[in-house]
Amino acid sequence: MILTIAKREISTLFLSPLAWIILAVIQVLLGYMFLAQLDNFFLLQPQLSQLDNVPGVTDIVIAPLFSLAAIILLMIMPLITMRSFAEEKRNKTLTLLVSSPVSMTEIVLGKFLGIFFFVLILVSLLMLMPLSLFIGTAIDVGKLLSIYISMLLLLSSFAAIGLYLSSLTENQTIAAVGTFGALLMLWIMDWIGEALPDSQGVISYLSLLQHHQAMLEGVFNTADVAYYLIFISFFLVLTIRQLDRERLL
Amino acid sequence: MSSPAVVQVENLSRYYQNHPAIKNLSFNLNAGEVLGFLGPNGAGKSTTMQILTGNLAPSEGQVTINGFDIIDSPRDAKQQMGYLPEHPPVYREASVDEYLRYCAQLRCINKQSINKAIDDSKMQCGLSDVGQRLIGNLSKGYQQRVGIAQAIIHNPPVVILDEPTVGLDPIQMRDIRSLIKTLGQEHSVILSTHILSEVQATCDRVQIIQQGELIYHSSIEALNLSQTQSISIGLNQPPPIEHLKQLNQVTHVEAIDSNRFKLFFDGQSPAQAIVQQSVQQQWELYELIPDQQSLEDLFIELTQDQKVNETPVDAEHAEV
Repeated sequence: MILTIAKREISTLFLSPLAWIILAVIQVLLGYMFLAQLDNFFLLQPQLSQLDNVPGVTDIVIAPLFSLAAIILLMIMPLITMRSFAEEKRNKTLTLLVSSPVSMTEIVLGKFLGIFFFVLILVSLLMLMPLSLFIGTAIDVGKLLSIYISMLLLLSSFAAIGLYLSSLTENQTIAAVGTFGALLMLWIMDWIGEALPDSQGVISYLSLLQHHQAMLEGVFNTADVAYYLIFISFFLVLTIRQLDRERLL
Repeated sequence: MSSPAVVQVENLSRYYQNHPAIKNLSFNLNAGEVLGFLGPNGAGKSTTMQILTGNLAPSEGQVTINGFDIIDSPRDAKQQMGYLPEHPPVYREASVDEYLRYCAQLRCINKQSINKAIDDSKMQCGLSDVGQRLIGNLSKGYQQRVGIAQAIIHNPPVVILDEPTVGLDPIQMRDIRSLIKTLGQEHSVILSTHILSEVQATCDRVQIIQQGELIYHSSIEALNLSQTQSISIGLNQPPPIEHLKQLNQVTHVEAIDSNRFKLFFDGQSPAQAIVQQSVQQQWELYELIPDQQSLEDLFIELTQDQKVNETPVDAEHAEV
């Protein structure tokens, strides 16, 4: 049942040109950044070869690329998630799901899974760029895997917040702007944490991108993974509760 | 009531904040019956339907669908019914076939019978020719049919239709009504509407709801029999009105104008006596119409009464 809803969600995404355009735009932008990073690497290479214990191509080219990808996608994910509940509410099609023999939990998980598939496609396409480096050089596969998982978790967290905000309103624009604001807030929490030394890192620990940064550097910490999983579950539960609550109002 | 009730509603109430949308509603739907749910705008019809289908939680009371409580076992209860809400819940960007397949999957129809279920419901709703078309490109009437097809695809014992003919042209209306009649042969149907002729044409039983309260319910046949009946006649040479009063069964005569009269009677129609008398006494009868006392009169009578008897509450304007 969850899969049925997920399939519907992903096919609706790809029926509209939005998903295709987003994939294309991200690919072009990051493709250019990838080339720029490579150029940079070639400039640095003579100096690097003089030194001992230097960072490899994974650290110089790939990690910054995905650090940037995270920020670009922070602006784009709201566009993917905005329609999931808001559009169904506006078109009154949510009734179909609610009056079918499926629970709210299944509906929300189905929607989330659908968006997760999209994220999977998106990140896998982006991964083709670093993989192409295998042609010319050796890459730290462990780090690459860490980056891949980190991207998936980060974007799923974006999606979970997006789903929640989409369940709050009938208006897609409001959902998108709200999600964008929330994500931006979670990003700049990092800076707030730094500006307030008294917080002892509590505030910056809550920031989404801090955990991402650690994993980009190849530090695969279960605490970071747990942070993402808790974050995702929290917002999915909020979404389920929100939809259940609407029946009571 | 010999046949078992498939839908049981007991003491259902629903409040929006403090304003009651429905108050203490109780009724049953029997197997193989078409129940007309009638009421003016904002009377609580849609609210009731939404509660029956689990889209709204009731504030008080209980709903049982084929033995399953809608609150305690929603999954089983929802499997027992199909629902067409006021706005058909169709995805405009999907084709009719895709959409119905999705609905069938949501209703847990197994893989082997899914194609048959889709074909059957398309045939019943007259959609066989438009399977490949996008729902967004179909006319309102066809979208409505897709909505009905969606509601009956899993062959549920109970079908709930919320104003199925709103916004349709007269021909589409007639088609949908005959479709509802055929549905009534295999399913139990609850139909909400504010169009009275629709209820008379399609339903076995009718109940009228006004300001959230059930104010009338009866079978259509009983309705047709129970009312005081009348007959209108036109005479070129009318006798004094007292003569007409002395006719068999006539209880009361009203003069519409100098040549036309309205005769109220009990039991047997006095039409034959009127014709005979007219010939014998040369009244020159030129018109004789048995008045169809319609649901409409009853409806207006009942809803008007309420307004006079009760001090108007703000519930009246709540949904305007």
